[in-house]
Amino acid sequence: MTAIPMSHGLILGGVLFALGLAGLLMRRNLLFILISLEIMLNGAGVAFVAAGSRWGQPDGQIMFLFILAAAAAEVSVGLALLLRFYRLHNSLDADSTSEMRGR
Amino acid sequence: MLELLWLVPAIPFASALLLAVLRFSRKAVAWIAVGSIAASSIVSLLVTVSYLLAPPATNSYTQVLWRWFDVGGLHPDIALYLDPLSLIMVAVVAFVSFLIHLYSTEFMIKDEGYARFFAYMNLFVASMLTLLLADNLLLLYLGWEGVGLCSYLLIGFWYRDAENGLAGRKAFIVTRVGDTALVIGLFLLFYELGTLNIQELMQRASQHWPIGSAAATTAALLLLGGAVGKSAQLPLQTWLPDAMAGPTPVSALIHAATMVTAGVYLIARTHILFSLAPQAQFAIAVIGAATLLMAGFSALTQWDLKRVLAYSTISQIGYMFLALGVGAWPAAIFHFMTHAFFKALLFLGAGIVIQSLGEEHNIFRMGGLRKQLPIAFWTFLIAGLSLAGLPLVTAGAFSKDWILWGALSATHGSAALWAVALVGVLLTSLYTFRMIFLVFFGQAQAKVTRRPGNAMYIPCLVLALLSIVAGYVQGPFARFLDTVLPWNAGVIHAAPITEITSEGIAALVFLLGAYVAYILFLRKPAYAVMLGSSSAGGALHRFWLSDWGMDWLYDRLFVRPLVWLAQVNKNDFIDAFYAGVARINEIAWSVLSRTETGKLRWYAAGIAAGSIVFIAVVLFL
Repeated sequence: MTAIPMSHGLILGGVLFALGLAGLLMRRNLLFILISLEIMLNGAGVAFVAAGSRWGQPDGQIMFLFILAAAAAEVSVGLALLLRFYRLHNSLDADSTSEMRGR
Repeated sequence: MLELLWLVPAIPFASALLLAVLRFSRKAVAWIAVGSIAASSIVSLLVTVSYLLAPPATNSYTQVLWRWFDVGGLHPDIALYLDPLSLIMVAVVAFVSFLIHLYSTEFMIKDEGYARFFAYMNLFVASMLTLLLADNLLLLYLGWEGVGLCSYLLIGFWYRDAENGLAGRKAFIVTRVGDTALVIGLFLLFYELGTLNIQELMQRASQHWPIGSAAATTAALLLLGGAVGKSAQLPLQTWLPDAMAGPTPVSALIHAATMVTAGVYLIARTHILFSLAPQAQFAIAVIGAATLLMAGFSALTQWDLKRVLAYSTISQIGYMFLALGVGAWPAAIFHFMTHAFFKALLFLGAGIVIQSLGEEHNIFRMGGLRKQLPIAFWTFLIAGLSLAGLPLVTAGAFSKDWILWGALSATHGSAALWAVALVGVLLTSLYTFRMIFLVFFGQAQAKVTRRPGNAMYIPCLVLALLSIVAGYVQGPFARFLDTVLPWNAGVIHAAPITEITSEGIAALVFLLGAYVAYILFLRKPAYAVMLGSSSAGGALHRFWLSDWGMDWLYDRLFVRPLVWLAQVNKNDFIDAFYAGVARINEIAWSVLSRTETGKLRWYAAGIAAGSIVFIAVVLFL
């Protein structure tokens, strides 16, 4: 069985990351922004796994487990914020608010 | 007893510090201030007595207190040097200052800045004593600047009136011109001779420099520049009449005992250097002669009592300069001493008159005070006679005759200088009697509202006594000074007339002046009015009243161009650069602040774009 070349893995990771970033910037719905963020994290995870298999080291997979844990924590906090946001503005449109401007 | 010398400047300095830092009641302030000067003059008396009883072998006593600093071969000590010259100066300054302080305790009693006044006064005396006792020129310069600072503070003492502040600044800036010359002179002396210790300096100067050498002349002229500024001689005399803005005891202290004689002392102290530079020494004589004439004419026309005395001071210091310039060194110091007594007395008397009449300065609105203020009248009269030179009785006559004789017969003396000094005697007699007649004789025009007490009268009486008896010590005085300032008049070249003849002529001139003043200002005042109202007389009067237009000239020549330049360059062109930098930052801020929208996705895009730029820089550069 021939190994998949590392470049394929990296390209897949890069594409996932770019897709995630594009979704993050283009989507107005906060839920989709959160999902896009997950996709970006997974893109990075794929890159780690590919690199780990290239060097025959388990580090890449361990990093991915860390990323999964971080993503799970992030989603739980993110969804809680999202609920609060919905209660406050009655929508999930990220552009409907500019409170971060400070005035 | 000589070891106590350091206390002489130290006590007033300590009390100045005390008065400046802590708060006391008025009574305590007076006790501390007067007590410190009294202690200082008692110590100087003790030192004088022990010096006279047992003169040191070298005829001088040096007390090294500590080394000031030691940098690149310059290692001045804080050291005091006592020889007959500094001894006389210190004794006179300390004693006259004591009397003036005593007088001030009553004169200033109603002033709110009582403690401040005495702190300045004490500091002034301490600086002057430091100047006189300094063993090296750097320490002398410290005292020199100290008196300059204190005179600025005291002239502008009533600072709420902008005029007074202006007068203080004028005194400070005009004397600063001279001070700059002096400090350049010090640099030159150190550069050429490698020391600033006065005695070593004089020794090395006479070893290294031949008579009339360029270096000696330059150094002497620079020192002369400093002396001219401090002693208010031509062309830097303009500050002194305005210095009358200060309280009257300050005028007495500045004009009689201290600051203005600093220049005379400096030249006497370094007279060996001036002997090496005959041109510079002759320049002193010319400056002195010109100043005594100009100031004498100006004094004739002033209407402010204190300004008459101010011009008289300039004129009398002109006499001292004349004596120094012709080489009659001890005559200059003798005149300094008698002048310290009678001029201090004149100012104290003027203070009494002015205060009694409720701050009236105009002598034409005074008159008839002879009966109302008898003690002030008699003491003022004695001082005036001493100033004008009533022969055989008053001290001023002895010192002035000595200077006249020196102007004729000393090393650089000549008949022309003698004649100028004689005209000066006429002028002195004229303006003195004009002042006395207008103030104390004639019709009373103003009411005496306040009579001074003992603290103001006692100093006047003591000074009146001294204004008479000081003249009789001329012989011992000359012998005492002989080791420092030799008197060799009559030896260098023979004079066409004898000393007695010269004194006789001076006495006649004195009487002539007194008589003319009597006619013009007491007997037939109409003549004086007629003289003043004729077109030539009126023009001359205005010319002299304005100090020969010197203030006007300096105003046009220096003050206005400088003010104009300052106004033109109000928006400093160097400032424009820094203002520009600030403006660019402001613009950049207003552009960047637009990116702060509060939109979440814009921020995310910003982060992404920033990361891309950063990675690109890392990868490709």
